[in-house]
Amino acid sequence: MTSLTLERVKTMFRDGIWDNNIVLSQVLALCPLLAVTSTATNGLGMGLATLVVLILSNLSISLIRDFVTPEIRIPIFVLIIAAIVTIVDMSMNAWLHELHKVLGLFIPLIVTNCAILGRAESFASKNSIRASILDGLFMGLGFIMILVVLGAFREIIGSGTLFANASLLLGDSFSFLELTLIQDYRGFLVMILPPGGFIALGLILAGKRIMDRQSAKSKANITAEIDKPSDFQTASN
Amino acid sequence: MTVPETPSYRKRIGYHTGLLGLFAFFASTALMISYLETKDDIKLRGEEDLKSTLEKVIPIDLYDNNIATDTITINLPTNLANKDPVKIFLARKKNKIVAVSFQSNAPDGYSGLIVIMLGISIDGQLLGVRVISHSETPGLGDKVEVKKNNWILKFTGLSLNNTPSSDWKVKKDGGEFDQFTGATITPRAVVKAVKRGLDFYTIHKNEILEQSNLVQVIK
Repeated sequence: MTSLTLERVKTMFRDGIWDNNIVLSQVLALCPLLAVTSTATNGLGMGLATLVVLILSNLSISLIRDFVTPEIRIPIFVLIIAAIVTIVDMSMNAWLHELHKVLGLFIPLIVTNCAILGRAESFASKNSIRASILDGLFMGLGFIMILVVLGAFREIIGSGTLFANASLLLGDSFSFLELTLIQDYRGFLVMILPPGGFIALGLILAGKRIMDRQSAKSKANITAEIDKPSDFQTASN
Repeated sequence: MTVPETPSYRKRIGYHTGLLGLFAFFASTALMISYLETKDDIKLRGEEDLKSTLEKVIPIDLYDNNIATDTITINLPTNLANKDPVKIFLARKKNKIVAVSFQSNAPDGYSGLIVIMLGISIDGQLLGVRVISHSETPGLGDKVEVKKNNWILKFTGLSLNNTPSSDWKVKKDGGEFDQFTGATITPRAVVKAVKRGLDFYTIHKNEILEQSNLVQVIK
């Protein structure tokens, strides 16, 4: 494949964050997504853990891409991803115990994240190591973005707070993130429960479609103005 | 993208099997190494967690022994939710037993098991109660966690003597304890589990004291 030019890195960045976002476009990884995004903090935690695993798995799969044959690639990818998740889980439990107490619940859930196998299959197995690491980074960032947006949306409507318990995840210096947006809020439970996750995700997906359509429309207008003569031609044909 | 010509040996079944085996070997080696590297630390962290829970249910100035390792086991518990042997943590001051701590489970929560740690003084008074693990609804039932609500602290100081049996219920059922708005099942289960724990202690008190003296003699 082509070498890693700045232009290509830019495209990869756009792909990861927006154009080919794991959730918004590929609609993958919904199981962990809907399970943990009851608050923005949980979303952020899950996103960070996924980011690390995604980069590591892309790296190791890109390393072995030359001698793994297509017939046995899937079991090998699954094996590698499962091993990485387990090792990350054990190391965090041993050396980052406070963080593990908060995130511990999410880490085994990463195995259920088909987006990681998806990136291994569709990108890392065909691209250079550097490109694969970057892809893992950008896809992971895009995933974090959606997790935090969805978590914040559900948290604000569901319990009237934002980034509650963020200091448990990030340390006391981040306690300024914890906001109570609506005082004496009675709560809107449905948004915290799984159905709320589906509703919020549906709204976000619809929002993305509308934005894409609008930008496509304005782009089409610009090209239409430039290409007017050729438009004529097509019409006459 | 053009697919480069694959060498013929890669089409053999032996190559596939060998490769798969090789990766399984590498993955298990990596797992084994990281298990061996982390197991001591993980065990240590688990003990620290246990210790900090115990410190919350029995005030630390009441005892001077290492409570996390000073334990006995009651093999045939009655009144608790399950019949598995119960580990009792003993708090002693100057070799005299002052309080005990053990787990009581509530299987009748809204979703899944609620595990509760009780601290009970030797005369049967609750010193502290904490929920260790649960999977209740976030925002409703999870108010039994001390981080979310101080409801669980109301148990401190209660005993079967100062609170009659009929009062060990949530207010909705005619008892003494508040339920949460929108969540009655969780506090009901917790109240019942605490009551069961106290009943268990009353019945097994002599057995516990006997065994704890035995442990001391052996030491």
